[in-house]
Amino acid sequence: MSTISPGPQGFEAAIKPAGTDQVAEFVHRKSALERMQHILHETPWLAPLLVLIASLIGFGIAVGARFFSAYALTLILQQVTITGIVGVAQSLVILTAGIDLSVGAIMVFSSVLMGQCTFVYGLPAPISILCGFAFGAAVGYLNGTLVARMKLPPFIVTLGMWQIVLAANYLYSNNQTIGATQIELKAPLLQYLGNTFVIGANAAGNGGATFTYGVILMLALVLLFAYVLRHTAWGRHVYAVGDDPDAAALAGVQVKRMLIGVYTLSGLVCAVAGWALIGRIGAISPNSGQFENINSITAVVIGGISLFGGRGSILGMIFGAMIVGVFTLGLNMYGTDPQWTYLLIGALIIVAVGVDQWIRKAAV
Amino acid sequence: MTIHKKIASRAILALAAATALGAATAQAAPIKACLITKTDSNPYFVTMRTGALAEARKLGVDLKTYAGKYDGDNQSQVSAIETCIADGAKGILITPSDTKAIVPTVEKARKAGLLVIALDTALDPTSAADMTFATDNFEAGKLIGEWAKAKLGAKAKDAKIAMLDLSISHPTVDIDRDHGFLAGFGVPIKDPNTFDVPDPQIVGHAETGGSEEGGQKGMETLLARNPNINLVYAINEPAAFGAYQALKSVGKTKDVTIVAIDGSCSGVAGVKAGIIGADSQQYPLKMASLGIAAIVKFAKDGTKPAASAGKDFYNTGTQLITAHPVPGVPSITPAQGAKLCWGK
Repeated sequence: MSTISPGPQGFEAAIKPAGTDQVAEFVHRKSALERMQHILHETPWLAPLLVLIASLIGFGIAVGARFFSAYALTLILQQVTITGIVGVAQSLVILTAGIDLSVGAIMVFSSVLMGQCTFVYGLPAPISILCGFAFGAAVGYLNGTLVARMKLPPFIVTLGMWQIVLAANYLYSNNQTIGATQIELKAPLLQYLGNTFVIGANAAGNGGATFTYGVILMLALVLLFAYVLRHTAWGRHVYAVGDDPDAAALAGVQVKRMLIGVYTLSGLVCAVAGWALIGRIGAISPNSGQFENINSITAVVIGGISLFGGRGSILGMIFGAMIVGVFTLGLNMYGTDPQWTYLLIGALIIVAVGVDQWIRKAAV
Repeated sequence: MTIHKKIASRAILALAAATALGAATAQAAPIKACLITKTDSNPYFVTMRTGALAEARKLGVDLKTYAGKYDGDNQSQVSAIETCIADGAKGILITPSDTKAIVPTVEKARKAGLLVIALDTALDPTSAADMTFATDNFEAGKLIGEWAKAKLGAKAKDAKIAMLDLSISHPTVDIDRDHGFLAGFGVPIKDPNTFDVPDPQIVGHAETGGSEEGGQKGMETLLARNPNINLVYAINEPAAFGAYQALKSVGKTKDVTIVAIDGSCSGVAGVKAGIIGADSQQYPLKMASLGIAAIVKFAKDGTKPAASAGKDFYNTGTQLITAHPVPGVPSITPAQGAKLCWGK
């Protein structure tokens, strides 16, 4: 334990109160609270899931049947699609003890690029989408190289990249929105992820559980990465790099290559989110997604992924995103001033990190 | 497993309770409506919200209000419309942040049977909403243009004009006010679809973002281009105040006439103080209250509001406020304008 550097503010020291450096103890009876702490430590997505269920029930009682309708509940999934997909990218980076502030900007620029390729350069829609993906991956690669090879702090690199990409986005697009009808006529593939299938609509075609393809894609991505991170060597290396890069290097992990890979993948996933964004709003608007970096970090933190790297589950992230979605929709339907939503989510972030610190003590 | 069962049974209980509650309130349920503004911070939208809430209380409407996080925040407005549909609202009043990108979501709401009214800013295309309640921005611009021409008199021919516009994307309000002013002043507009009007009298355009800071910066830039500017058009009052600051720092406030559009209380005070020569006043309170009344009417008998004669929107009116009335241009005094002004 002595290798852990406490850091200037002592985040790490907080989990280890002074004078508890016991060497070994064989008889240790656990209280119910300690057992719970242990379970939550073992399954990091459990705490956000419990909060999610509690908030669903809470708003169900407060708002009434309209909130518990199939339409409203699936609407939450639709509303968190973008944050959920970007959250996958953010989770990967944060698991390596980094942070990516440029996610939203990469997403918007990718979607704008897809539109420009189709409508200005006249490329077929599939090629345009690939152009967007390539752009996202390239910016991610650049972020990763600056972090891994130049040893610049991720916060600074992506803070700069956020501004660069966002400004380039406005310059390049001339701040022009591409309208939905135009896309529908010429390149419906761009809106593909906005297509829906509905289960149990009424005779007029309204209501019912409504899923967009974007929602399915988000869930598929989350499950895919949940599997990859837990059950493949690459996934374990992501955790290892985030937990202790020196130890990982000694164990034979190519730390720099891992970091570059993770940032590149993160950029690619953001570009996928850009495609989903076109489906979600129907049009291509360079004004979208300016706060997606903050939204995704919020989802990650509420989802119990440690900002210090190496701990947490991507499932927790998606539950975190859904908690925000439930609060937003619930409070809106309840009819409060929208600022209350932001206020409560702010409180939730601080509580989530507080709980995370408490759970981390189980590791001692 | 037992934990899961407990949770499930609790959820069912809650669901049952919620359904019962819903059924109990269904009989005397008030008409539900939504107001979605661009932001929560601009006093113009705060006024709109206050007006809508007051009218809603009067007519017994359950009004919920939503806003974007920043001007241009399309995603939040998309979510807000979806929430209104899920909530069973009868109608939506919206000031769109992105007039084009919001259209598919508005269509979704109309398909679900909601009345959608655009307030202040028309959608692109205008017909995407059931109706638009707005200021005739071209008319508002024309009034200050005509006033400026009459005020300058013989000097109008050699006027050097600074145009302080809104933003690089030039939304319709930007074009309409800008071109309206030029038309009123007598500068020919050859192509109404292009923003830039080439004319030797125009020193240049600056994008101000509608803020004091932007107005000041824009004015400084244009003064550097031509220090003989003697007429300033400002998209709104903050931009006009910013321009005044820039002029003050070079000691030119006496020789330059500033005209603007909005009619907020601070703007009217600016007219009274002589900072702004003439100001076209618009009426957000009226837009909001008319909007609520239209939703109530639609919910009761399905009638949709009609447009003003010869327009594709309902004109909520505009009046010129000035302390120096000129012949041929109807105007009201700053004192009269202060009674009708909005914000603080």
